[in-house]
Amino acid sequence: MQHTLFALVENKPGVLNRVASLFRRRNFNIESLNVGQTESPEISRMTIVMDGDERDVRIVEANLYKLVNVIDVQEVTNRPAVLRDLALIKVRAAPEKRAEIANLASIFRANIVDVAPDSVIVEITGTEDKIESLVELLRPMGILEMVRTGQVAMMRGDQPGARHTPGAGNNGNGYHKQNTEYLN
Amino acid sequence: MKKTGAEILWECLVREGVEVVFGYPGGAIMPVYDAMLEYPVHHVLVRHEQGAAHMADGYARASGKVGVAMATSGPGATNLVTGIATAMMDSSPIVCITGQVPVHLIGGDAFQETDVTGITLPITKHNYLITSADQVARVVREAFHIARSGRPGPVLIDFCKNAQIEETEFEYPEEIELPGYRPPTRAPRADLEKAVRLIEEAERPVILAGHGVLMSGAMEELKMLAVKTQTPVAMTLLGLGALPASHPLSLGMMGMHGEAYANNAIQNADLLIALGMRFDDRVTGNLRTYAPRARKIHVEIDPSEVHKNVVVDVPLIGDLKTVLTDLIPMLDEYEHEEWLAQIDEWKQETEQRSIMAWPDDGKLYTAHAIRALWEVTGGDSIVATGVGQHQMWAAQYYHFDHPYRLITSGGAGTMGFGLPAAIGAWFAHKDKEVWLVDGDGSFQMTQAELSTAVQEGANIKIAIMNNHFLGMVRQWQEFFFDKRYAATPLTGPDFVKLAEAHGIPARRVTKPEDVRGAISFAQETPGPVLVEFVVEKEEAVYPMVPSGADLDAMIRRPIRK
Ligand SMILES: Cc1ncc(C[n+]2csc(CCOP(=O)(O)OP(=O)(O)O)c2C)c(N)n1
Repeated sequence: MQHTLFALVENKPGVLNRVASLFRRRNFNIESLNVGQTESPEISRMTIVMDGDERDVRIVEANLYKLVNVIDVQEVTNRPAVLRDLALIKVRAAPEKRAEIANLASIFRANIVDVAPDSVIVEITGTEDKIESLVELLRPMGILEMVRTGQVAMMRGDQPGARHTPGAGNNGNGYHKQNTEYLN
Repeated sequence: MKKTGAEILWECLVREGVEVVFGYPGGAIMPVYDAMLEYPVHHVLVRHEQGAAHMADGYARASGKVGVAMATSGPGATNLVTGIATAMMDSSPIVCITGQVPVHLIGGDAFQETDVTGITLPITKHNYLITSADQVARVVREAFHIARSGRPGPVLIDFCKNAQIEETEFEYPEEIELPGYRPPTRAPRADLEKAVRLIEEAERPVILAGHGVLMSGAMEELKMLAVKTQTPVAMTLLGLGALPASHPLSLGMMGMHGEAYANNAIQNADLLIALGMRFDDRVTGNLRTYAPRARKIHVEIDPSEVHKNVVVDVPLIGDLKTVLTDLIPMLDEYEHEEWLAQIDEWKQETEQRSIMAWPDDGKLYTAHAIRALWEVTGGDSIVATGVGQHQMWAAQYYHFDHPYRLITSGGAGTMGFGLPAAIGAWFAHKDKEVWLVDGDGSFQMTQAELSTAVQEGANIKIAIMNNHFLGMVRQWQEFFFDKRYAATPLTGPDFVKLAEAHGIPARRVTKPEDVRGAISFAQETPGPVLVEFVVEKEEAVYPMVPSGADLDAMIRRPIRK
């Protein structure tokens, strides 16, 4: 099953390398990893999408915490969260096909952001499912190029995501209050 | 006051209580070495940087303090790698400081530039690159804190040459700011209660004691738990000494070459209480058939170890000593007479098979030499080892009644660890007897450190168990490869002459009756002494759980009458 986690990490050189190296070394199956800025210049945010069972996710979380620069890890899978992926899709489009593509795009609330003589670029933001549906519809027309950012995630309202690792998001004793779900 | 980066490094090392540094100089670390002369720190010049890392590691394991190794950039730093990986696998707290080319040359393949933080990323608990002098104090402070706290481990500091030379205002950081580093301490009450319930219900419990007991200093708590609940204690290789071998509840070592009765107890247990150990494949054998009827409690400071190899019923995440201190008062006293009697029965069987029960056939066996060493030293020596058969025999026949005595590479199994580790351990405990029990193969990997031992006047006693084979590999060939001895017969130097060439008094022993005399000779002669025991070539370590086999599917020593 697919799981989405995000990690707050210190914004220091080499931190992305540490996380990537951890995934490689432990042979974790990561589908996408997105890194970006946050409201604080000292902290970056990583969104990790991985495939596996509950135990795999716990192990990834616990290993992330072992990295000294990782401050917090929360899982948002099956929780009230906003999940978004952005894709740019360059589609073959002779002038007479443009209208059809524009139509499709508007159904998905996507935008055409570039028009060239025989291609257009469609920009879409949304959940992975939504993007995949559009991609399937565009495929028969001929997708020339595509890039996706990988998923980003944010919990709705003021609820945190699930923290499973003892000590998470608090000092060493935070486990007392927060951890009710450590694989029981 | 303004100081250079190099001076700040030493200021901080002194504040961390560092008295000895093991290292080797070179271009990129010269300003640090130059500044060293002004500080009250003793530098031990090794003969290969691998030796420096192992010495720091041996020092750390024997003292419980952080060991420090130092090297130059490029090849100096890469020579540390085996030692760092060894420390990582065994959670040994060392700090390695390497020189690096000036920051403006980084990435340009300058002379002796190597990406050392990159290379050591997966084999350190954490590492740093210092590019300017104002980072030094904070980095060193953090490095020592990280190395020694939580689950200890090696930390590397790569120190650009410009940052060693630059001057900056020196201010020692009193506070450490590591927002992402919070080792857990106490387990929640609810989990402790669950553990209590499992212990209450158990009829055939076994405690598995690992290195964590020693590192947390929880020997007393372990004993209290064992006695109060009348639970026998099996130990991992690195956990030996956690409970005295002579304690009635001690089952000795578990695992691949563990005691058969310890492995049988684990396989028949209905509860395992794992304390500061990580269910390594060398102690579990086949995971699918491991302790099939046992519920499991796992007390562990590193959450990533929980459920990694063995899925457990109750994890207690925290510092072992703290967790046990919380847990013990919650427990009643229990008896397990039948269970202990059953284990006793298995023990009798083992005693029959023991090599100690063999009739004297005039041959010299490593196990006999080690048993004699145990007797002559009163069981109170520090014993460093290499890796192989001699290491397992040391674990089996030197009955460790005290913690922090066995200094051995467990997780990495690094041949060549022994001699430098023994030297490091001697620096930690100059008042104690320090023995190296080594194999002829392992010893030859780092024998250059004999010169270091002489230069430092290290009072270490070296016992080489010379079987003229890479014995442990030969044993696998004997059991699993039809006795096809590919690349395991081994010619060594004349070890006595080798020692003498270093000015080290030495003796060779070929007969059982000369063993004790040689050990006493070594004890009575000050400074390093070497004794070569020319032992039986093709003896095997028993019991043996073949790699990946069920834990109780042991190859046993044939009974000889
Ligand atoms: C650096 C290193 N290389 C190879 C091995 C594989 N290995 C494990 S035990 C062993 C033989 C050790 O021989 P020796 O030191 O003579 O000890 P013995 O087994 O004969 O007591 C070897 C080659 C290892 N553990 N470490």
